[in-house]
Amino acid sequence: MLYEIIFYGRGGQGGVTAANILVYAAMYQGLYAQGFPFFGAERRGAPVRAFARISDKPILRHGMFNDTDILVILDHKLAEMDILKQVHVRDNGLVVLNAPDNYRVKLERFSIGDNVKFYRVDATRIAIENKLVVAGWPVVNTSMLGALSKASGIVSIDNIVKAIKSYFKGRIGEINAVAAKQAYEKTILLEEV
Amino acid sequence: MGEKLVLTGNYAVAYAAKLARVDIVAAYPITPQTTIVEKIAELIESGEMDAIMINVESEHSALAATFGAAVAGARVLTATSSHGLMYMHEYLHWTSRARIPVVLALVTRTLAPGWNIWSSHDDFYGQRDTGWILSFALDNQEVLDTTIQAFKISEDPRVYLPVLVALDAFILSHTSMPVELPDEKQVAEWLGPRRQGYVVDGRELLAIGNLTWPEDTEEMVMDLWRAMEESYNVIKEVDREYGKLFGRSYGGLIQCINCSDAKYLAVAMGAWSGDLMEAVNMLREEGYSIGVLRVRFYRPFPHRDIWEYARGVKGLIVYDRAISFGAWGQLYTDTVAGLYQYTTKLPIISNVIAGVGGVNVTAEEFYELTKNFIEKIEGGEEPPRITWYHRR
Repeated sequence: MLYEIIFYGRGGQGGVTAANILVYAAMYQGLYAQGFPFFGAERRGAPVRAFARISDKPILRHGMFNDTDILVILDHKLAEMDILKQVHVRDNGLVVLNAPDNYRVKLERFSIGDNVKFYRVDATRIAIENKLVVAGWPVVNTSMLGALSKASGIVSIDNIVKAIKSYFKGRIGEINAVAAKQAYEKTILLEEV
Repeated sequence: MGEKLVLTGNYAVAYAAKLARVDIVAAYPITPQTTIVEKIAELIESGEMDAIMINVESEHSALAATFGAAVAGARVLTATSSHGLMYMHEYLHWTSRARIPVVLALVTRTLAPGWNIWSSHDDFYGQRDTGWILSFALDNQEVLDTTIQAFKISEDPRVYLPVLVALDAFILSHTSMPVELPDEKQVAEWLGPRRQGYVVDGRELLAIGNLTWPEDTEEMVMDLWRAMEESYNVIKEVDREYGKLFGRSYGGLIQCINCSDAKYLAVAMGAWSGDLMEAVNMLREEGYSIGVLRVRFYRPFPHRDIWEYARGVKGLIVYDRAISFGAWGQLYTDTVAGLYQYTTKLPIISNVIAGVGGVNVTAEEFYELTKNFIEKIEGGEEPPRITWYHRR
């Protein structure tokens, strides 16, 4: 098996960190993985992508991709623009969104294959409730890893938590782990297409 | 099994420097090499690594300072990319001709203009004739392992030559992968204390670089050539020893996958060889008799190993991520010349230039290109000797 995953967020939201933590979690799960940023310049606040691959075999392929099995969206407002169409979600793929309760999927904003499932969690709210706010920005990346674990089951929440704690030592790791676990519990299936 | 960390290719270089107990690092930051220097500075700052970092104002000074420290008996490392390496170039010759062991990590990056931070192999090939041992890694584990091996090779009395370890910009330098770290004490024991041909520390009178007559100079150059020839065996030996001690070896100067019975070979170097291997796996599943020959060490050039696998094949397709303007891809040139050492009846050898400027070449594209090459020959056609593969 090989899963390709794209984190779509804004520069500064921690998409690259999420990809790196996911590599740790996959490693704890006994899997092979890669995580990497968009190869090039990025700006804070601008829409940016980060990438991950997870496999049960050594991963030979390298480089960026636009077709993905899982699309994790760190800011639902990106789904109000046409920008997400740069990424194609494959048949039987997943979209995992950070969005508030009243969010409704606008399919015309996405490029998706058959049998794609949409999952949602309000990671922004979880971040605020846990006082996970840095420089005015709610930290949603670790919560979205919890949501990814729930939606996909590729990597267990226990390994996500272990990875978060090895990436962020001490209290910061603890709070992020709590947020990831809460997000795991609160992630719901929104729509099946 | 050693500790496993998730490391980018650049961090793998930094950890290799720590494991090899490097004494002195001098480097000047340049994208995409910068995080090597940052990580080493962090490791020194936190007390995990006992080394001195010399801040310099340019890459020329970086290698000059590294060389100076090495001449005085220190184990040293420097790292750079692209134009930084171009600026260092003079000192690369100086270091190898002085026969001083040094390790340099090169994060390969395209030359300007235009301003491009992605991987081509043109900066790497620019050092072809410097007398450095030139290696290229496939993934981050190999970056770590080869950098450690590089110290052992460089400081071997049969060699005493500097070693360059290349890794592709972003594709490895900024990509995180699980990497297993060998035990530091075991690495220290294996590498042993620093060895070099001579030390300039003021205790003995020694002049280097004074006026040297043509005959003497020619002998020095011949000596360097012999050391490079000798390094062929040392590289193999070091890789075998490393495998026994730490559980990973890479086949010496080349790695050949699916090669033993192959009628065709696809030849490449660097991270994209992995994508090529995946393409060849797909072709194998469809019954094509093909293997991937990945060049790990470009200097000394592994012509013996290539001949071993290329003997009797119908065709080779060589993928180059750079071009020698007015001629061909560098790996192609060497493959053709290398095989001619063993036979006057060469198989068909084609060259594809691709991925220049960091253009992404996928496993699917390698599949199409390689399949097309085989089909042409099987259909009795002669494939073109050199083609640019370019798409938008």
